This record gives sequence, C-alpha cells and structure tokens, in this order.
Amino acid sequence: MDFLGLLTDAGREVFAPTTAAFALAAIGLNFHFGLTGLLNMGHAGFMLLGMYGYAITVREVTENNDMFLGLHMAPGATIALGVMVAIIVSVIFGLLLGWPTLKLRGDYLAIVTIAAAEMVRFLGRSQTFKDLTGGSTGIRGKDFKGPFEALSPFPDRQVTIGPFTLHGSISTSWWLVVVSWTIVALAALLFWRLSRSPWGRVLKGVREDEDAVRSLGKNVYSYKMQALVLGGVIGALGGVLWSFGNAVAPDSMGRPTTFWVWTLLLLGGAATVLGPLLGSVLFWMSLVLVKGLAAMFIPDTWLSPTQLEPFSLMLVGVTLMLLVIFRPQGILGDRRELAINDR
Amino acid sequence: MTAKENPFAHTSATPGSAKSDPVIVAHGVHRSFGGLTAVDVEHLEVQRHAITALIGPNGAGKSTFFNLLTGFDKPQKGEWSFNGDSLQSHSPAKVARAGMVRTFQLTKALSRMTVIENMRLGAAGQGGENFFTALFPALWRAKEATITAKAEDLLERFKLIDKQNDFAGELSGGQRKLLEMARALMSDPEIVMLDEPMAGVNPALTESLLEHIVELRERGVTVLFVEHDMHMVRRISDWVVVMAEGKIIAEGPPETVMQNTAVQDAYLGAHHDTDLSEDLS
Repeated sequence: MDFLGLLTDAGREVFAPTTAAFALAAIGLNFHFGLTGLLNMGHAGFMLLGMYGYAITVREVTENNDMFLGLHMAPGATIALGVMVAIIVSVIFGLLLGWPTLKLRGDYLAIVTIAAAEMVRFLGRSQTFKDLTGGSTGIRGKDFKGPFEALSPFPDRQVTIGPFTLHGSISTSWWLVVVSWTIVALAALLFWRLSRSPWGRVLKGVREDEDAVRSLGKNVYSYKMQALVLGGVIGALGGVLWSFGNAVAPDSMGRPTTFWVWTLLLLGGAATVLGPLLGSVLFWMSLVLVKGLAAMFIPDTWLSPTQLEPFSLMLVGVTLMLLVIFRPQGILGDRRELAINDR
Repeated sequence: MTAKENPFAHTSATPGSAKSDPVIVAHGVHRSFGGLTAVDVEHLEVQRHAITALIGPNGAGKSTFFNLLTGFDKPQKGEWSFNGDSLQSHSPAKVARAGMVRTFQLTKALSRMTVIENMRLGAAGQGGENFFTALFPALWRAKEATITAKAEDLLERFKLIDKQNDFAGELSGGQRKLLEMARALMSDPEIVMLDEPMAGVNPALTESLLEHIVELRERGVTVLFVEHDMHMVRRISDWVVVMAEGKIIAEGPPETVMQNTAVQDAYLGAHHDTDLSEDLS
C-alpha cells in the first residue's frame, strides 16, 4: 500500500457513514454518562435493537409487496415505520433496564446493561428466531436497504469527489453520508439545547450527587429514566445508520462495540457537544492509519496480516488508556475539571 | 431571642413537651437496624420560627432521625407531620417540595457544576426542568432570569458572589457549607434542617455561618440543626433537644438543659464545663 493511498483511506474515515453512526451512538451515551453519570455498559444492545427493529420491519413490508395493514407504502413511509419500530423497541428496552436498576447505585446499572446487551445479541443469534433475525448470519443488506436507496437523489453510479470515490446511492454511498451526518448534526444540536437547559442542569446534578438533587425536590428516578431512554433511542438510531452501510449481524454489535463507543466518547470529551463527533473521527481515522502503517513497516515474519488487525486495535487501546490517564476530560473537556479531585 | 415574646415562655422543659406553635410533630417514630434500635422517639414537637438544636453523643440517632424526617430513610413505624400534613412514606423530593429542605453532614456541593448553577438547581418551579419545555427556551428564559437574580442575591449575602463562575469543587470546605446552605434557601423553604453545619469549618468562617443561621430565623425560617459544638448550641439556639440511644432524654432552653442530670450522665459526663469542641476536633 502506498502512502498517499493510506492517507486517502484515513481521510475517507473522517466523513464515512460508520464514523457518523458511531458519533450518533456516542451522543446517546453522552446523555447517559456525560450528562447523567449513568454507567451504561450495554450501548451495543440499544444499537442492535435499533438495527433489528428497522431491518425486520422494512424487510417484512418489502416482502409483502410494500403493503402494510392494507395500505400501499411509499419508500419514505416504509422508512418512517422502520425508524418508529426501532425507537419503540429501544424505549421499551430502556424502560425495562432502568426500572429495576435506576433505584440502585450506579455500578448495578453497568452490570445489568452489559448482561442485557449480551442477551439481545444471543437472542438475535439463536436458531429459535431464525425466521425473524436470520440467526447468527443476520439479515442481508439487500433485504432492507431498498426503500432507503430508492429515495436517493444521487446518481445510480460511482461518483468521485476530490480524491474520494463512493457510489451515489447504494450501500456506503454519498447519499448515506449526507443523511448520516445530517442526523448526527441534529442530535448534536439536541444535546446542545438540552445540556444548556434547566432539564440538563438537573441531569448534571444527578451526575454529581443524587442525594443532593433529591434534597432539592427533584425526582431523581424520573430524570435518570428520561436520560436512559433518550440516550438509548439515539443509540438505536446509530445502529440503524450503521446497518445502512453494512448488514445486520448480531456479532458486529458485541461488547467491543460498546467499548469503542465509550472510548471515542472519552477521547473527544464527555459532556461536550462536539466530543462524540471529534472522538469518532479520530478513532476511526487512527485505526486505519495504525493498521496501514503497521502493514507497511512491520515485516510479515513478525506479524502475519491476520495478526495486524488485533495488533493495531491494541495500539489504539494503549494510546487511549494513556489519554484517559493523562487527560481524563478528553480533548474538548474543560481543563478546570482536572483540578477537582473526586474521581 | 429578639425583643419578641419568647415563644418558649410557656413550654415545659420535659422530653416530648407540647409547643405553642409546632411546625413538625413526630410521634412514635421507631427505626432499628437488625437488633440495634437507632431511633425510638416517643414524641417531639418543633417550634415554628425558632432555632432548635438536636444534640447527643455519637450514635445517639440524630442523623438517622434527620434522615427519617426528610424521607431519606424509612422507619419501621411512627408518624410525623409538617404543618399538620402527614409526611409519612413521602420521597425526599416530595418532602423538599413541601417546604422542608435539608443539608448534609458531608457537604454535597455539586463539584463539576459552577456555583451559580448549583444555586439555580435549588430553585423550585422552573418549568424548563421538564424535558419538552426544555426544548423551547422561550418558555423558561424569563423564569431563569428571576431565578438567577435571586441566586445572585443569596450569593451576595453569603459572600460567594465572586465565586459564582467557579466550579463548586474549587471552593474550600467552609465555602461549600455556605453554598449548600444558600442553595437550600433557593426554594424559600419553611424549615431548613442542617446536619452538622459546623463540621469541618474553620473558625474564621464559623462566625459568619452562625450569623447566617440567626438571620434565617429573623427572616421567618424555622431551623432545626444537629450539632456537636456546645458553644455554638449555647450561642444561637432557642431550644435544645437531647437524644441518647435513640430516645429523647431531655428538652429545654440552652442555658438550663445542660444542668439536667440525665443529659450530664448520657452525654457530658463529668466534663460538662469543658469545651467539647476541642475534644471533637
């Protein structure tokens, strides 16, 4: 691989739909952790539910000749229905998770969410629901991407802008790039608005000390639930975006996904508006760069090509550990927070 | 006391005595942890517009009793009312909204929020704390301005106005106590419950804290506080309630309650003339 090609690949990650999908998921997690201090260790569960909710709904409608409850569905209507199902499913999941755990201390939520996310993944993989979820192979992209790609205003061929070539409408397309980043921008705007509102102030209070907020007359349980559900819905939408560029496969949304979302949130800066975006861009870009450079400079005799991927992930991991140790507030975080010793 | 007639003039100095105008009435409150009885209060009335001190040796159940009254803990049995309305099995938030706001022994300043944001959070009735309302600033901006003005007033009074844009975590221990007290006043409570307001406060700030507590009474706020420092109790309280082993063993004006033999036995021992605060610090 040549150096210029590597730079182009890394540059493509800056605006790739995957980057956007993870940025969106991280905005969701930012509502949980950054604003409210909720330790949600099962964000991939929300993302996976969003993917399933959307993909299954759209596939069923498409296979039913675009008919739903006796109505003919235009592509836009099918998409709206799929997104609605994704939202409803993630709301229910959030309520179920929060109901028993939000009254307990924070660590319990972490344990329950990580287990619940794994349960979602295993249910998705199980042969019992193979007709619905496709088991461990998941749902092929062409089964549910139709309506979204049909709406594309971009040409149905490869389009080159600058050094980057993507298809206009299909799979990881310019159309998906535009839609993904528009949604990310809207979510960031929502976070900006809410984090600077009295509602967001209560959440920050909960993050700092629940009992203090209780003693000031606020219903802490209700606020934590609102934050959990809202962040979960945004995470589910991140899952939907991710599935547009890929396919729905349960194992692509396992524990590592959750930790990546955490990593890029902490990298960019928790509780900041643009932290999740910056974090996602840097994370995916450096992953490609490290992988590419390792392939260029490490001889095959040291590491085989199949070992390169885990190796570069490890390097990224170590870098991020260092970052969290020496700059725990992230790149965009407030420097003064470091002075406060209550971690 | 001020020039007003002493509201305790006709109150007998016996445990559980009736007050002329009680704001809190507790009866038969019992809380035990396993076999250990932490609180077993037969009857207590707290006089309105006065400063009542709740004292007692370590482990007497003062803080537990505080937690019960404010909804942070649930008793096995018992009933209590605030302004005649029962507060039993109310959540802490509901108790606070009813007008009874507490502070904590270990100060709970919200560290990574600014001082002014801490204050604003204390306010009641900000509609923008609802999710949907929060999305439309036009609906809550006016109220926010009122709240901010009030917060600045209070910060001025508590001499924290210069710190308003600092993180609360950057304040000293004493300043955090002041902030917590000021924050509790944002919702105009009828009664503030201070759990060891002097703990960990340096002597220079003690004086101003005392003044603030006395000033609260002058502004018509009832104060109930838990304290170890006997000097402070003597100086500012109008009435003293003594607890030991979960029970109320004595009540009376601060000048005379220390003479009570039950109090001396349970709490002060042979050292009732010495300054306990030195032993405790």
